[in-house]
Order: sequence, then C-alpha cells, then structure tokens
Amino acid sequence: MSPEIINLLIKSFFETCYMVAVSTLISTLIGLPLGVILTVTRKGHILENIPLNGVLGAIVNALRSTPFIILMVAIIPITRIVVGTSIGTTAAIVPLTISAAPFVARIIESALLEIDHGVIEAAQAMGASPLQIITKVLLPEALHSIVLGVTLAIISLIGYSAMAGALGGGGLGDLAIRYGYQRFRVDIMIATVIVLIAQVQIVQSLGNYLSKKLNKTKL
Amino acid sequence: MIELRDIEKTYYTKTGDIHALCKTSLTINAGEIFGVIGQSGAGKSTLIRCINMLETPTNGQVLVDGQDLTAMNESELRKARQSIGMIFQHFNLLSSRTVFDNIAFPLEIQGLSKTEIRKKVEPLLELVGLEERREHYPSQLSGGQKQRVGIARALASSPKVLLCDEATSALDPQTTKSILDLLRDINQKMNLTIVMITHQMQVVKEICDHVAVIENGKIIEEGTMFDLFTNPQTPTTKDFIKSINNMELPELLKNTPISKEFTNGSKLLVRISFIGSSAGEPLISSLVKRCDVDVNILYGNIENIKDTPYGTLLVEISGTAKALTSSMDYLKARNLRIEVIGYVS
Repeated sequence: MSPEIINLLIKSFFETCYMVAVSTLISTLIGLPLGVILTVTRKGHILENIPLNGVLGAIVNALRSTPFIILMVAIIPITRIVVGTSIGTTAAIVPLTISAAPFVARIIESALLEIDHGVIEAAQAMGASPLQIITKVLLPEALHSIVLGVTLAIISLIGYSAMAGALGGGGLGDLAIRYGYQRFRVDIMIATVIVLIAQVQIVQSLGNYLSKKLNKTKL
Repeated sequence: MIELRDIEKTYYTKTGDIHALCKTSLTINAGEIFGVIGQSGAGKSTLIRCINMLETPTNGQVLVDGQDLTAMNESELRKARQSIGMIFQHFNLLSSRTVFDNIAFPLEIQGLSKTEIRKKVEPLLELVGLEERREHYPSQLSGGQKQRVGIARALASSPKVLLCDEATSALDPQTTKSILDLLRDINQKMNLTIVMITHQMQVVKEICDHVAVIENGKIIEEGTMFDLFTNPQTPTTKDFIKSINNMELPELLKNTPISKEFTNGSKLLVRISFIGSSAGEPLISSLVKRCDVDVNILYGNIENIKDTPYGTLLVEISGTAKALTSSMDYLKARNLRIEVIGYVS
C-alpha cells in the first residue's frame, strides 16, 4: 500500500475514533440519568412514578426500534439545527448520539435492576435520601456492569459509525465504501476491516479488564 | 421505648386484600431484648418493618422514643431512622465497599467529616473483632463476619434501638451463638433496646427477655421468656417450645393406655419442671428414701433460658396408693411445677 493510502487509513481511523468517542460521551451523559430515572420510577422502587416511567419507556422504545440508517436520514433537519450541516464527521455525531442514548439508558437500567432490593432497603433504614441511594448505592454497586454495558454501546457505535460514513460521515466505513467497494480496492477493504476488528477487540478487552477490576463481588 | 398502637397493615392485591397485621399493639421497654417469634408468613417481617416505617402501616401509630413516626414527613422520618439501627438475614452489605467503608456508610449519609467517621468506625471494628479485615470486601468474608459488619454498621450512628430481621437465620449454629453473644454484649454495654424477629426458638431462648408469638398477623401470646417457656398457652407456642424441649411422651408410652384412676399395681406418670437453683437438688433420691417408692426416669432435660437453668423430668413412680399420695405431697411442697399425666399399668 502506498503511503497515501496509509495516511488515508490513519485519518479515517481517527475520524471513527472521534465520532465514536464524542457520541459515546454525550449518549452516556444523556443515557445515564435517563436509565436512573427509568429504574427508580418503576413500580415499588424508591421514587415510583408509573406515568413518567411509561412515557419515558415508550420514547426509548420508539427510538430503539427505528433502524439507524432510517433514523439518520429522518433527523437530518435536527442535525442541521445542531451542527449547522448534515454532512461530515461532526454531523454524524448527532444521529449516533440519538440512537445510542436510549440504548445506554436501557443498559444502565438493567444494570441497576440487578442490585438486590435488600441493599436499597438497608440504605433506607439508615435514613438515606433517594439521591443518596442513587449516588452511593445504586451507581457504585452497578458500576462494573455499567462499564460492560457502555463497552457494548461503544462497539455498536463503531458499527453504526461505518454506516454513517456511507452517508458522508467520514471514518473507516466511508473509506471502505468509497475506496474498497466503489474503486474495487480489495487491499483497502481488507485493511479497513482489520483495523475495525482490532478496534473492537481492544475496546472489548479494555472494558472487560476495567469491569473485572471494579467488580468486588468475585474476589 | 417502642410502642405500637393498633397497627394494621393491609396489602391490596388483584386477588384480594391481604391482612398482614391486624390491630397489633406492642410495648417494648428500654434496654430489653424483645423477641417476636412466628412461622414464615405470620407477619413478623411486616411488624419489624413498621417499627422503622420501611412499611407504612395502613392504620395505627408507631412511637419510638416518644416520637410518633407515623406523623412525620419524609425528611423527619429519615432523621428519625438514623437512631434506629437494623440488621438483616442476608446482611445487605454494599459489595463495592470495604468493611471499613460499609461501617462508615451511615455516617457518610449524615454528612460527617472523614476524621469524625474514622473516630467512630475504629472502635466499632474493634467491638465486632474485625480490625484485621478492614480493607476486605464483603465477598471475602464468612457469613458470621458479614453479620458482624452489619452490626457495626447498624451501631455506627449510635442508635437507641436495634432491629434484627432474622439476623441469624442464614448462619450455622456455632456462628449464630457468637452473633447472639455479641448482641447480648452490646445490649448490656450500651443499654441498647433490641427487637429481634425469628422463627428459631433457640435464638429467642438464648437472649430474649420478653417474647411475643405472632400468628396470622396477630400477637397471640406475650410474656417473659420464662413464663412462655414454662407455661405456654397456645398450640403454636407449644409447638415452638417443643422444637427445643420435648414435651411429648416418649415413643414407648404412646401405645400404652393411660388412665386417670389408680388401680392396684399401676404406676404414676408425672412431669416435673425445675426452675433455677432447685434444678441442682437431689430430688429423686430423697423422694425414693422418704416415700418408699420406686422412681423410673423416662426423660430428662435441662435447658438454660437466659442463663436460668430450667429442667424437665418425666418419671414413673411405683408404689402403694398411700406411698404415691405421699410422694405427690412431697413434690408439691417444693418449688416445682408438677403435672400429673396419669396412671399406667
């Protein structure tokens, strides 16, 4: 491969990293509180609020059931408002975030629901407020499974970012489509796929390692 | 210290209302160890959760240390709960925190500084004998050690009351004993009022001053441990007593007809209960010498109830009608509880 191609590969790799990192960050910032609310407003939980839970649950489900490629096209007007354009790497972050945030919310919710009710009851018996229960009991106790869940979200974002690339978002997906597919450059296609596989492997391994470090239930 | 007034708790479900507690009243004095015993589903768990309002009673009042918890709002209630410690059957420790940080947890909630927390946690680690384990996580501890952490955590905020929800039910007998010893020790040292619910008579017998028996959401019997043990009134209480003290007739007598009347050559069947120091007297040998009878011991047992020895003997006395009457008089004249079961041939 020529140095140009290698440079292109490196550039695309960093574009993917940029899209994935920023959308992971923002979708976690949205998904975390959303997941907490989805959990604590459930029936019998510390801040039971069934109507709110129902409405939020329905929105999350609606977003999650829309295929990414359709969501991306459908929200182009919103993307324009937020970043000023609907094309490019930064523009791709908007649909990526909107699709990942509900996913992260559900992951956080299921991680928080794994916590034994007895532990929450013990905190209540000590006079902990709902906010203290969330910050001192629920989140720390679920942190190791939240880390695994966010790892999963990052990996799906890597996949989605390739799709975003096909719609002018840049990144490895864009490279593979434009050079590998449309210009019949099998070598570029293979190189891109290898980089993507390596990226996913590294993310998963890091996630596993971190989660294991944080998990104090199996020592 | 604790007063429950006409507590009712009803769960409204699709399949009908469940009355977990019906008009239950209870008074628990400061500094005593109060046991509530009942089968699973009797309502004891609901009862203890009403004391710190983890369950809100449908009706009635809960007074702890003169404060009416049922009249409080959320934040007042949280404040009040800080002076009521609680320990659980499954310990309910935070798995992501070390022993030290678990004990520090209630103090953190109250917003104490790091140095204040350290000052309070250190002596508690010593009290429960876990100084060596301070940096361990709960998953690295045995059941007994976990419960010790639970106790230290419950004591961290210097409560006046300690609620024990089946605190020893998940532990083996030896560990149970050491946890009970610790609770008794705390009760005496700190003059802490302890309420424990359990289905284990052994536990109640070991440390409780007063006991209430609960069944179908009602307290069916209540009294000092001693009264309840030596003179149970209801079948449920008798069942519980039986679990540690065999009140039934031995197998070999089950098929023998027992008559109420003395006939020539029949033997008198008597159950004798000893209380306190009289358990040490040579009763049988003096009975034999004085009344000219033969005594055959069918069953014998001595239990310690809260450190007071309590013995039961089932004996068969044989002799003439006159000798039997005089031996009954002899037994009745002593500080014993005598129960004549009947005559067997």
